[in-house]
Amino acid sequence: MYITLSDRPATPVGHGDGRRRVAPVVVTLGLVSLVTDISSESVAAILPLYLTGVLGLSTIAYGFIDALYQGVSALVRIGGGWAADRSGHPKWVAFLGYGLSVVARFFLLFSTGLAAISAVISADRLGKGVRTAPRDAMISAATPPDRLGAAFGVHRTLDTIGAAIGPLLAFAILWWIPGSYLTVMVVSLGFAVLGVAMLGLLVPDRPPVTPRPQRAPVSWREVAQPSLVRLLVIAGALGLLTVGDGFIYLALLESGEFAAYWFPLLYVGTNVAYLSLAVPVGRLADRFGKATVVICGHVALLGAYAAAASAWDPTASTLLTLLLLGAFYAATDGVIAALAGQLVPAQVRASGIASAQTVVAVARMASAAGFGFLWFLLGPQQALVLVGALLLVALPVALGVARRIDVSAEVATR
Amino acid sequence: MSQRVRLVAFAAIVLVVGTVMTAYAVGAASSYRRAYDRPPSVATEEETVNGPRIVFRHTGIDEQYGAVASVQLDDPGGARACTNIDCDRVDATAQVTSCLRTEPGVVTKFSLTEYDLEGRKIQRVALPGVPSRTRLSPDGSLVATTTFVAGHSYMEVGFSTATEIRDVGGDGRGNLERYTLILDGQEVTPRDRNVWGVTFAGDDTFYATVATGGETYLVEGDLRAKTLTSVADQVECPSLSPDGTRIAFKQASERDGARWWTPAVLDLATGERTVLSTEQRTVDDQIAWLDDRTLLYGLPRDDEPGVTDVWSLRTDGLSRPQLFIQQAWSPAVVRP
Repeated sequence: MYITLSDRPATPVGHGDGRRRVAPVVVTLGLVSLVTDISSESVAAILPLYLTGVLGLSTIAYGFIDALYQGVSALVRIGGGWAADRSGHPKWVAFLGYGLSVVARFFLLFSTGLAAISAVISADRLGKGVRTAPRDAMISAATPPDRLGAAFGVHRTLDTIGAAIGPLLAFAILWWIPGSYLTVMVVSLGFAVLGVAMLGLLVPDRPPVTPRPQRAPVSWREVAQPSLVRLLVIAGALGLLTVGDGFIYLALLESGEFAAYWFPLLYVGTNVAYLSLAVPVGRLADRFGKATVVICGHVALLGAYAAAASAWDPTASTLLTLLLLGAFYAATDGVIAALAGQLVPAQVRASGIASAQTVVAVARMASAAGFGFLWFLLGPQQALVLVGALLLVALPVALGVARRIDVSAEVATR
Repeated sequence: MSQRVRLVAFAAIVLVVGTVMTAYAVGAASSYRRAYDRPPSVATEEETVNGPRIVFRHTGIDEQYGAVASVQLDDPGGARACTNIDCDRVDATAQVTSCLRTEPGVVTKFSLTEYDLEGRKIQRVALPGVPSRTRLSPDGSLVATTTFVAGHSYMEVGFSTATEIRDVGGDGRGNLERYTLILDGQEVTPRDRNVWGVTFAGDDTFYATVATGGETYLVEGDLRAKTLTSVADQVECPSLSPDGTRIAFKQASERDGARWWTPAVLDLATGERTVLSTEQRTVDDQIAWLDDRTLLYGLPRDDEPGVTDVWSLRTDGLSRPQLFIQQAWSPAVVRP
């Protein structure tokens, strides 16, 4: 596994040079995410079936719970980043986040009512919110700036492999033992325990490469570097024009039989594209500038809108849409975290990453609300065309800002 | 702790967790086989029921679990005839049976299958989500399906219902969420909108529930004009009586911080509502009419997950609910 994940240089120059490998802690953190994602995605995949089929709950109620806790998770992120910087122990803040999810999975085994299940799900969400920024800060701390893109690519690849395995594992269990949702939950709890044990035992608290500065209170003035603020502005603006993939799948559903037949599998297609592109795109980000690659990711998103809206051939446009969505995630999710961590001083890194992720999450929530409105006003295809047109106008402006961010990132690295 | 000790500790945890997971799964698998290999505990018969009958989903934990079964209309507690068709949700007329099904596999899929009187497949249509409701029009020419679409995605989890009406053996008439929506006489385009629980009235008309902005409405739908027009509010999951004068539905209220549904009846001509609060349990089902004075609906058993019973309730507001068919779900009354 280590060999295949090592970051081999694209050119023959410097081959066999061990320094080009991704730091072991990045791979370990990736494996922690992999087993944790198996845990969370296996339950997420069966939850609608479980709630409606076994508990006999109305599906409407389920959707209601789900929307409620999205916002809470976004706000907790900032707290997680702040706590990691303030304490100087990102590992233990992340550990708390992973641990909270284990506790949530344990209580899921005994939850029967809607209220109990929604409490458990929200605890799980909170855990995810807490752990993300400290973990990404640890990846940043363990990696030289010119290889951050590749390191995040490796981490997100492993993470997404887990997200792809989870639902398949859950459905395979239900196929073997029909209706045994409890077995899926026990297996999910097992993987969550493995993830938290791996983090606690195998990940060092402080990466040895960079010396940590003295424990100091987090100053938001330090976080608000001009280049980070620029990143927040373009990430927020583009986030407002990012239609969630849930909507894109529903738009594909209108286009034809192919998408309806494969509907339960569409997100797996996106994940496969994402995990195969994360490392190469991360490497491109190291080479050509991370902000520039983030903009290119949004070009792929624009392509996905076009493919979903046009539907000239149901099969081809569905597959192309999934590929482009995967490319969009590969060029944004890890790359934005890598860039944000690079633009702020090391002692406020987790807070910087958390700010960027929160801005993106909040912008996308706002976008989902707005797009839902357009969806009914104009119809799925036309709504996608309109948002796509706005994105097309915004991209050249964003590209100009992105070039400036990349220049400051270059300077900050030297 | 040295690195070596940590590695050994982790390996030990992997071993313990792996063993517990495997042991639990194997145990669950063998008790599943034991439970689902036994014959039904209720009386069964081989002969298919052809006269007036109740068609339903058998929910006893046994080898027939999920099978479409039927009993004679005048002897609902009597022996049931099980078919070899398994469904999650079923409706039937004298000519057609519509069957919503969860198809397990490495990836779980969902489908609507239409069967003719002899149990031969008319057509199978892929559905985008978890089966919720199905209804046939009285003449068996149209079928409505409601599914729960979980928009599973990487960064968000959304949800929506998809309600569609199709010609039996033919094509769809479009997702009802896209129909023109007229609430209290005004055309509106809200973004949060869900449609569910179709009940057919005439050739081109039907009733359904529309939820938007936290409110639910009873709408009258027109298949030709593709419109949904509100006729009342606070009505969920309507079901039109055989004489076409009344709508049975579930009335929502709040109890212990959760939604609670009570069966109720709305008179379409007068707008008079009767909440049947002699039913003390929460009813989350699309109600069926046994006759013009009696409702049928399914309730899960508290102590036996997966097992449900069908209950009957007179609409006079005084009678108590009665057990109608045990180990049953999704009843449909067929009068050839």
